[in-house]
Order: sequence, then C-alpha cells, then structure tokens
Amino acid sequence: MANSGAEKLKLYSYWRSSCAHRVRIALALKGLEYEYIPVNLIKGDQFDPVYRFDLQDFKKINPMGTVPALVDGDVVINDSFAIIMYLDEKYPEPPLLPRDIHKRAVNYQAMSIVLSGIQPHQNLAVIRYIEEKINAEEKTAWVNNAITKGFTALEKLLVNCAGKHATGDEIYLADLFLAPQIHGAINRFQINMEPYPTLAKCYESYNELPVFQNALPEKQPDAPSTI
Amino acid sequence: MSKVYRFDPQDFKKINPMGTVPALVDGDVVINDSFAIIMYLDDKYPEPPLLPSDLHKRAVNYQATSIVMSGIQPHQNMALFRYLEEKINAEEKTAWITNVITKGFTALENLLVSCAGKYATGDEVYLADLFLAPQIHAAFNRFQINMEPYPTLAKFHESYNELPAFQNAVPENQPDTPSTI
Repeated sequence: MANSGAEKLKLYSYWRSSCAHRVRIALALKGLEYEYIPVNLIKGDQFDPVYRFDLQDFKKINPMGTVPALVDGDVVINDSFAIIMYLDEKYPEPPLLPRDIHKRAVNYQAMSIVLSGIQPHQNLAVIRYIEEKINAEEKTAWVNNAITKGFTALEKLLVNCAGKHATGDEIYLADLFLAPQIHGAINRFQINMEPYPTLAKCYESYNELPVFQNALPEKQPDAPSTI
Repeated sequence: MSKVYRFDPQDFKKINPMGTVPALVDGDVVINDSFAIIMYLDDKYPEPPLLPSDLHKRAVNYQATSIVMSGIQPHQNMALFRYLEEKINAEEKTAWITNVITKGFTALENLLVSCAGKYATGDEVYLADLFLAPQIHAAFNRFQINMEPYPTLAKFHESYNELPAFQNAVPENQPDTPSTI
C-alpha cells in the first residue's frame, strides 16, 4: 500500500454520490488505504452502528455539508476535484495527468464538463428544488437535458483522442470523472447511450478494471442490502 | 489590445459544439472551458505560476476554484435564469440565485479566512483569485449581494481593484461592452 505506516486517510462518502465515487477510484488507483465513513445524504443518520456518524463533527470539518471530504492528518479537503488533485500531487504514481499539454487540456475539459456542466444540475439539492417548485416531470426533463448537452460535448471532445480509455490507453483524470457520471446516467437516469458510442466504449473499458469495480456505489459499505 | 473580430456563429459552433464562452484558439489547438484554458496557459507559459508550491495551499486553490466553478456559477448562468423565470417566476429566480451565492460565499469565507493574505491564499495572485474576482464582481454589480457576512472576500475585491491585470479584464472594459454602461 502506498501509505502504509502513515496515519490512515479518512473518506467521508455516500455510496451513491458520483463525487465520492470519483475519489474512491482515485484512492484505489493510487493503492491508498482509507477508512470509509458513510454520510447518509437522504436520511441523515440511520445506518450500521459500526460507523457512528456525528453530524456536528462533520459540519465542523465541512460547513457546506457535502461529500466527499478527505481527512489526511490535519488536512481536510472538501471537494472531489481538489481531493483528487491533492492525492495526485502527494502520491504521484500512477500520474492522473498525461505529460502532453494538449492531452492534459482535454482531460481538464472533460473533467470540467462533468464537474460544472452536468453534475451540478443533477445533484440532490437541485432536483428536490425543481420537483418541489414545479413537478417531477420537469425535474426529469431538466436532468435529461443537462446530461444530453454534456454527453454531446464529451462525445465530440473525446471521439478523436480516445484510446482504450478517454484520452488514450492509460487511465487519467477524465476517466475518474466519466465513469461515475456515465454509471449514474445509465443506472439512475436511464439515459440512452446510443448517441455516445465513444463514452459507451470508455464505460465498458472501466468494467474490466478492479479499481473501478471496487469503487462502484453498489459495492460500498453503506449501500442498501436491497440492491 | 486585441482587435474586434467579425463573429460567425457557424464557425464558432465548429470549434465549440457546446456554443459556450470562453474558447481559446492557439494555432491548431482549441480549448473550450475556462478552467481548462487557464491550466493550459499555466502549463504552456509557467511564469508567473498560477499555483503555489505548497501542497496544502494548492489544495485550497483547487477547492476555491471548484466552489465557484461547480457550486455557484452553474446555478447562475443564463440558461437556468431563463428556465426558472419561465417555469416559475422572477422572484423565485432571484431567491434561487441569492441562495446559491450565499451558500458558496459562506463556504469560501470559511475556507479562506485563515489562509488569506493580500489575496485569497497569500500575498501572490493564484488560481483561486482568477475565479473569485469575476464571481465577487458579479455578486456586487449584477446580483446586489450584501457582502457584510464575507469580509475576507470583500477585502479581496478591493485588492483586485488595485491591479491593472484585473482592471483590464472587468466586463465594463471590453471591446464589446455596450456603450450605455
């Protein structure tokens, strides 16, 4: 393990959070051990007493109350992108960014499309708001529209530079953001992937890798047993 | 100062299918996202560096960037405004945006209060400042946000106002700024 001997990393995670999912992949890729602390975003505090969760403590380290949050000794980082870059800088192997600056730019673009173009429009706060203020059909239409626009952009961005994975034959930053986004689109929002063959092919390539498999929502300690 | 070019929507959509701004063209390379553009520029032209050397300070820069990029700005863009105003009403739209900015600014204030210097993460301008300046500028000028709960952020706004690099970039100083401003 890359960090054996050091104080264990702690990850505040929710099984279904696509943002936490990204970080789980990064930790697995880097071979880093960590303590998994579930934060139940729907209910708030009801799960296995093995992981007793204190909302006050969590809010102290993370006023925005979002997941994921990473604790590394004294350092607390509250955002999936910032956590991933921190991990990549502290544990450089394997690198999450290619050397070529154009390929790096493609990775940053793909990451940004997911981080700021799609996920903010499908997170819990937004979908609850739209459902409450308008209705459920409008919420579904809104999410579908955000995913469609984002996937169209990703498909165009990656079609000419994809290899086995998003930007070549190695796993890079873009893949960490794509895998959870596509997984969610297929499983939660029933998005049809036919218009996005490049993305569909990337998604299949992740299914063959244990680091991706182990990070899946369904495999987390706080995933409901009914799945 | 750059020339004003004649704009062709067809050409623009060819290089930028999402039709968003900004887009940077550097010879054959086209980059369509502000964050990706900034990191590309920092990779290609490393001086002055947009990220500090210290690992923790870098993490703070990335967090601040992400709060603006994914926590605030997506919820105040034009597509969403129009949608909320059309589907509900103007008051709801305003309440939503105010709420989003309040949450984000609260998080930023908490994040930066203990590591700020003259600027967001010290006495040099870094990545976080590039994202904060436009967001705070808009909060003041477009959304009439009361900055009293965010003294750290308000102080940055003043620091940026003293720098030509920031002054020259403000919306009011661009070639396409309406003359009525």
